[in-house]
Amino acid sequence: MNEAMQALLRHPAIWRGSGCSAVALPSIPSGHAALDAALPGGGWPVGTLTEILPQHEGIGEVRILGPALARLSQAGRWLVWIAPPYLPYAPALTAAGIDLARLIIVKTQNRRDAFWALEQALRSNACGAVLGWMEPVPYPELRRLQLAGEGTNTLAILFRPPWAVNASSPAALRISLQTAAGNLAATIVKRRGGAIAEPILLQPEPAADSKTNSDKLASHVMDRALFSAAPPGSVAACAAF
Amino acid sequence: MLLARLSEPWAAAEGRFIADCNDAAASEGVRAGMTRAAARALCPNLSFKERDFSAERETLERVAQWAGRFTPAVSLAPPFGLLLEVAGSLKLFSGLAPIMKQLEHGAVQMGLTMSAACAPSAEGARIMARGGIPAFVLTQQQLAAAISCLPVEALDCGEETLAGLQAIGAGNLGDLLALPRAGLARRFGEELLDSLDRALGMKPDPREFYIPPETFRAAIELPAEAEEAQALLFVFHRMLVQLEGFLAARGGAVQRFEAGLLHREGNTVLEVGLVSPSRDAEHFTMLLRERLFAAALKAPVRAVALDARDILQYVPETPGLFPDPQGPRGDWPRFIERLRARLGQDKVKGLAVRAEHRPGFASQEIEPGSKSEKAHFGPRPLWLFAAPHPLEEINSVPHYQGALTLLSGPERIESGWWDGMDVARDYFLARTPAASLLWIYRERRMLDARHAWYLHGIFG
Repeated sequence: MNEAMQALLRHPAIWRGSGCSAVALPSIPSGHAALDAALPGGGWPVGTLTEILPQHEGIGEVRILGPALARLSQAGRWLVWIAPPYLPYAPALTAAGIDLARLIIVKTQNRRDAFWALEQALRSNACGAVLGWMEPVPYPELRRLQLAGEGTNTLAILFRPPWAVNASSPAALRISLQTAAGNLAATIVKRRGGAIAEPILLQPEPAADSKTNSDKLASHVMDRALFSAAPPGSVAACAAF
Repeated sequence: MLLARLSEPWAAAEGRFIADCNDAAASEGVRAGMTRAAARALCPNLSFKERDFSAERETLERVAQWAGRFTPAVSLAPPFGLLLEVAGSLKLFSGLAPIMKQLEHGAVQMGLTMSAACAPSAEGARIMARGGIPAFVLTQQQLAAAISCLPVEALDCGEETLAGLQAIGAGNLGDLLALPRAGLARRFGEELLDSLDRALGMKPDPREFYIPPETFRAAIELPAEAEEAQALLFVFHRMLVQLEGFLAARGGAVQRFEAGLLHREGNTVLEVGLVSPSRDAEHFTMLLRERLFAAALKAPVRAVALDARDILQYVPETPGLFPDPQGPRGDWPRFIERLRARLGQDKVKGLAVRAEHRPGFASQEIEPGSKSEKAHFGPRPLWLFAAPHPLEEINSVPHYQGALTLLSGPERIESGWWDGMDVARDYFLARTPAASLLWIYRERRMLDARHAWYLHGIFG
């Protein structure tokens, strides 16, 4: 298709049945090209609730947010993690590029306090990103969180268990994560512009290439030119979650 | 219950006689000067409180501290009066009317009824306010006309003089002013003329200024035991308004204050801390509300106290010249203060990296915004367990929700012999059958005969 046709089809008033409509939403680029292409606005939506539903704990549900959180914290915005299931480990966060001086962990005793903290964080419009782990969350509370974050500059992420996929939710974006043959597969369950059925394959996990051993072995090799280490601070090095 | 009690009829008694009563009692006909028996006959459910002169004096002083926000020249005119010289503040407050409005608003917030008057002389203003004439007199000529209708008792002359004035038929100050001055001086002495001249502003009337103390302390005894936090907040709000005035007078701010609750036995102290120094009474009230609701009251409260000791310099926030390109920002310090007030100081933390080989010590909880040390580590999990979880070993393969496959490693960490918490471990990345990534280690020293493999963290 020629350029004029492409430009015409990108007009926001035209809805295409297959792809998602090109809505101008404020978003933060996620750092994964395949995911950005599938998201309306080209990244994680700001000012609305996003749900991430991992199949199991530990398949990389927080890792996929790594580049976006790193970008926000380097820009000086605050990151607030509310009621995380375990205490985050600082070296892993610095390896991902997150500035620890901008991170706040809020530990709550019960679900009511966690919900209150989430609502306050969203309403205050003072945070760059708010990550919440809270279950069970009934629909009215989700709606309140969605309204609290409306119109703010905050990236609001709620982590929910896999069985919540079938429950209805007012969140603007819902992504379910599974693993498929060593890759992380993200299925967009709900987004502005229609869900897509095929999962999006994200970059393979960092553990698949065992960097520690190869570094140690390479240091014994005389011919150093063969060993091309990734420069520190690049995106590849950042995926060491 | 406390709030309901406050709206019942109350009277302050001095010995046998009533000194003053509140609106609820006045509507039943109780007046100052009646005996207790007469008052109770008019109003059967009247409650009495013995007049507490020291508390009255303290309240007057606290209002004087609060009034320091308008002018530094505040003098006390006991028992119930305050004199403020506002000539120098008129420019700052753009006139007299805003000052009067703020005075009234403040009095309402502090739970006091106030009658205010303005005159070119201190004594003139005092007698007008005391006599209930809320007039703004701006020149000396108008002053004479304004005070004429006041009774001669307003001048505070002695009993003999009063009796003498009544005998000659001088009922109010207007009559007194009409009499010849020489005759008055001969008959009643110079003091009467002096006080009249001071009232009219013709003689100087130097007053001692009130100097507020260095720290703020207020205590109020409750008329009834309070059990709900909401009622306590109502009383605390009054003291917080006084604190705001006190701080405004000094150009100061506080970063923490203590609210004390006195029970029948013992007392509770709630400490409220702020992220940055502030002197906003509404903000203090909001934080105290969160603290009061979070802290369960052990016993009914009889008296409350407020203490603010460290007074810091107040630095107001200056807005930037250009609008923020990312849109309007929320108030980060206020948000953190709200979280801390409600959840507790230790529930809101930041993280820092410590240059330590031992994984458990490499991450530390600190005050948010503090600096971390620079260190490089291998691949580390997002979530680290506080205590490693022992794993079952079946056929020399560690099991956690199924047989684990080792992906990479080993990373040998041996460190910490100097403080007794030494570790000697080989760390591996492992994957469960459910495709979660784990960080496990194999203990190199035989500490436990049954377990050699432990789970230390999960990759997020």
